[in-house]
Amino acid sequence: MATTTAPVGVATGTRTSFAAGVWSWITTVDHKRIGVLYGVTAFLFFLIGGLEALLIRIQLARPENTFVSPDFYNQLFTMHGTTMIFLAVMPLSASFFNFIIPLQIGARDVAFPRLNAFSYWVFLLGGIFLNLSFFLGGAPDTGWFGYSNLTSKQFSPGHGVDFWAIGLQVLGISSLAAAFNFIVTIINLRAPGMKLMRMPVFAWMTLVTAFLIILAFPVITVALVFLLFDRFVGTNFYVPASGADPVLWQHLFWLFGHPEVYILILPAMGIVSEVLPTFSRKPLFGYPVVVYSGIFIGFMGWGVWSHHMFSVGLGPIADSFFALTTMLIAIPTGVKIFNWIATMWGGRVELKTAMLFAVGFIAMFIMGGLSGVMHASPPADLQQTDTYFVVAHIHYVLFGGAIMGIFAGIYYWFPKITGRLLDERLGQIHFWLNIIALNVTFFPMHFVGLLGMPRRVYTYAPGLGFDTMNMISTVGVFAIVIATLVFIVNFLRSVRSGETTGSDPWGGATLEWAIPSPPPAYNFASIPTVHSVHPLWEADASDLIKDVNRVRGPIHMPPSSYWPAVAALGIALLMSGMIFGWWFGIPGLLIMLVGLYSWAFEPCH
Amino acid sequence: MAASARGTRFLRSISALLVLLPLLSLGCTLRQFPQSSLHPQADYASQIQRLLEDLMFWVVVIFVLVEGALVVAVVRFRNRPGLPEPKMTHGHTGLEIGWTIAPAVILAFIAVPTVVTIFKTQSKPPAGALEVKVVGHQWWWEFQYPGLDITTASELHVPIGQPVAISLQTADVIHSFWFPAMGGKRDVIPTHTNAMWFTPEKIGTFPGQCAEFCGVSHANMRMKLMVQSREDFEAWVAAQKRPPVEPDSTSLAGKGKQVFLTAGCVACHTIAGISPGTIGPNLTHVGTRTSLAGALYPNTPEEMAKWIQDPPVRKPGSIMPKLGLAPDQIAAVVAYLQSLK
Repeated sequence: MATTTAPVGVATGTRTSFAAGVWSWITTVDHKRIGVLYGVTAFLFFLIGGLEALLIRIQLARPENTFVSPDFYNQLFTMHGTTMIFLAVMPLSASFFNFIIPLQIGARDVAFPRLNAFSYWVFLLGGIFLNLSFFLGGAPDTGWFGYSNLTSKQFSPGHGVDFWAIGLQVLGISSLAAAFNFIVTIINLRAPGMKLMRMPVFAWMTLVTAFLIILAFPVITVALVFLLFDRFVGTNFYVPASGADPVLWQHLFWLFGHPEVYILILPAMGIVSEVLPTFSRKPLFGYPVVVYSGIFIGFMGWGVWSHHMFSVGLGPIADSFFALTTMLIAIPTGVKIFNWIATMWGGRVELKTAMLFAVGFIAMFIMGGLSGVMHASPPADLQQTDTYFVVAHIHYVLFGGAIMGIFAGIYYWFPKITGRLLDERLGQIHFWLNIIALNVTFFPMHFVGLLGMPRRVYTYAPGLGFDTMNMISTVGVFAIVIATLVFIVNFLRSVRSGETTGSDPWGGATLEWAIPSPPPAYNFASIPTVHSVHPLWEADASDLIKDVNRVRGPIHMPPSSYWPAVAALGIALLMSGMIFGWWFGIPGLLIMLVGLYSWAFEPCH
Repeated sequence: MAASARGTRFLRSISALLVLLPLLSLGCTLRQFPQSSLHPQADYASQIQRLLEDLMFWVVVIFVLVEGALVVAVVRFRNRPGLPEPKMTHGHTGLEIGWTIAPAVILAFIAVPTVVTIFKTQSKPPAGALEVKVVGHQWWWEFQYPGLDITTASELHVPIGQPVAISLQTADVIHSFWFPAMGGKRDVIPTHTNAMWFTPEKIGTFPGQCAEFCGVSHANMRMKLMVQSREDFEAWVAAQKRPPVEPDSTSLAGKGKQVFLTAGCVACHTIAGISPGTIGPNLTHVGTRTSLAGALYPNTPEEMAKWIQDPPVRKPGSIMPKLGLAPDQIAAVVAYLQSLK
C-alpha cells in the first residue's frame, strides 16, 4: 500500500466513485494535492473578501449612502482585511509553497506530509469558523488590527471580537505548523548538490517567510491570549480602568504586523524572481544580492513596527528611530527592483501572461514602495495615516504587488499543476483589465486621502470634495470584478479543455520543469544531483531530465491518513467551544486527542 | 550661499509644483476641499507641507527613472525575430554597489529634513499659548479652556495668530484628533495625555474629524475649528462666560426648562448652575453653536427636534437614548436649548 510506481497526477481523473474521490482528497498527504486544496480554498476566500470590498465600495460610491448599515459596514471592512491577509494571500502563497517547493528542491514530498495535511484542514476550518460569525450574531467589527480598548468587553460586548481572536488563533496553528514543515523541508530535503546558494529564489523567499512566521506568530498569539483572557476571564491586560496601557496591544500587534507584511510580499517576490529569468531567457541578475536583500528585509522587518504608530505620540526620538529604520528597508527593496529590471535588460523578453503579471508586479510595487517612503517620514505620515492615502498604499503593495505576483505564479505553474495551459488570449485580457482597473480604483485614493478623507468611515459628508473620486474608485472595483471573472472563466475552461503541454512549456531553468506535467505522485523517479542554480539551462540538462524520470525500483511514499483532518476538526471544535459552549469544547478536546494519538501511533509502512 | 539658496528655492518650487500639479489640474482649492491636508492654514501644517514637497520631489524623480527603466527594458528587449540569444550574464558587482549607494544617498536627503521637522513640530509650545484640553468621546469632541473656565463641544474657537497648546484625553476608547488645515493628527489614548500645538494663520471655519476607528459612529465624529479675529474671539469668550439665559417661566422656553429638568436630561448634560451631568456635551450656551450631535447636523430648531426625538437614528450607536418625549415636550425643550445663547 505504501509503494507506488505508477504516475498519479493530481488532475488526471481516476475512474473511482465520487465518494472515493472525495475521501482520497480528505486523506491525502501528497504535497501537490494539498497545494491544490490550499489554492482552491484560498481563492474562494479571495472571492469572499472581494465581495466584501465590492459592498464597501458601493456604500462609498456616494456621500451619505445607505446601501449598508454602519454596523454591517464595520463588519465588512474588518472581515475584508482579515480575510484577504489570513485567508487569501497567505494561503495562496502556501499553495505555491506546497506544490512547488518539493519540486524545486528535488524532493518527493515535504518533510512531514501528515502535518502538512493537518495545516490545511486547520486553515480551512479556521476560515469557515471566522466567516460563520456573519450568521451568528455579527462578524468582527473592530478592524483587522483590533485596537485595544475598543475590543474590550465594555465596548464590544458581542461575540464578533471573540470570533476574530479565536479564529486568528486557529489560523496561527495552521501557519506555524506549515512554516516549521517548510523550514525542515528546505533545510533537509534538498537534492544532493543543491547548496543553499543554488536554491531557486522562490525557495529562498519561502524559507525567509517561514522563519518570519515562526517568529511573528507567537507574538500575536500572546497578544490574542491576553485579549481572550480579558474578555473571558476578566483579566486586565488592556483595561485602562485597571491601569493597563492599551498601547501595549499596538506594540504587540505591529511587532507581529510588520513582519506579516513581508510574510505577504516575500513569496510574491520569490515568484517574480522565477518568472522574470524564464521569460527573459537570462539568469536572474545578481542572484546572491537578491537573496541577501530578501534576508535583510526579513531581519529589518523586526525593527520598524512603530512606523504604524507615529500618531500615538511616542516622542521625537522614537519617531526618528523608526523613520530611519523604515527608510533603510527601502534600500534592499530598491536593490531587488534594480536586479529584476537588469534581469530583463539584454534578455529576450517574452510577454506571456505570467511575464506580464510579473512586470506589472514590479510597476505597481514601485508605486506602493514610493508612497511607503512618503509615510516613512513621521510628520508627513501624521497627515496621511488613517486616511485613504494609506488605503491606496497598501492596495498597491498587496493587490498590485502580492496578488499580481500570485497571478504571475498561477499562469506560470498552472501547466505544471494540470498539464494544460491557461488560455493566453484570455490571460492577456485579464492582465490588462486588472492593471487598468486597479489603478482606476486605487490611484484616486491617494488624493482623496491627502484631501482629508479618513479610512474606516462608513460614510462621508457631501461638500468635502470626496464625491467624484469615490465614484471613480467604485467604478474601478466593478472593472476588477470583470477582470477576475475573465480569470475564473479562463481557469474553468483551461482546467478541462486547455491546450495540453509537455513537461516544460516555458523553457524553465529549475527542477520542477524536468518532470512530467502533472508530476507523478513521487515527483522524481530518481533524485537528481544538482550542480547549478539553473540546472535545466546547463549543457547536461537532457541527461538530468532522462535521469530523474528513470524508475529504478519501488518508490516508498507515505500512505494517506485521515487522522490529520480528525485532529484539525477536534482543534476547531475545541476552540469554538469558547463561544458555543462546553458541548462543543469537550467533544472537540476528545476528538483532538484521539486524532493526535492515532496519528502519532499510525504505522507509516 | 546665495547660489545655493537660489538652488534650494528652485528645488522647492519644482517640488511644490509637482505636489500641486495634479491638484491644480483638478482645480483644487480649499473651498472645494475644505478638509484638505494640502492647504495649510497654520505653521504646523506648513512645516509638514514643506517636508512633503521635498519628499514628493524625490518620489517623482525616482518614480520616473525606475518605471522608465522598466518600460525601456520591456520594450527594447521584447522578443522579436532576429534578436540574438541573450548573453548569460549573472550580475555586476559595480552596478550592485552603485544601486545600493544611490538610494542610500537619496534617503539621506529625505531623512535629514524628516528628523529636523520631527523635532521642530514636536517642540514645546511657546509661552503665552492658549491652552485647550480636548476630550474625545464616542462620538463627539469636548473642548475645555482651563484658563478661561469654558467648556464646549464640537466647535473649537481660537483666535488668529496665537499659538494653541492642545492636551488630548479620552473618556472611553482611542480617538485621533485631526484638523488637516492645522497639521498632523494625534491619537487620544486612555491613560495617556498627548499634546500638540499650532498657530492658526487664517480666519475661517475648518472641518476636522476623528481619524482613529472608534466604533460604530466613527464616521460621525466630526468637529469644526473656528479661527476668529482677536475681537470676535474675545466676544465669544465673554458670551461663554455669562451664566445661562433664564427663560420666562410662562414662555415655551420656560416650559422647556421644566422638561429639561424632569425628563432625565440633567443626568448627562451640564447647564451651569442648573445641572451637573458630564456624560454628554455641556449645553450652557448650546444656542451659540452652529452645529450639533458632533458637528453632524446644523443647529436649527428642526434638526435639534429630530435629534432629541430619536438620537440613535440620527447617529447610530448614540449613547443618548430615545427619551420618548411627546412632540410638544420636544418643541418646548428645543425652544429652551435654542434660547441658551
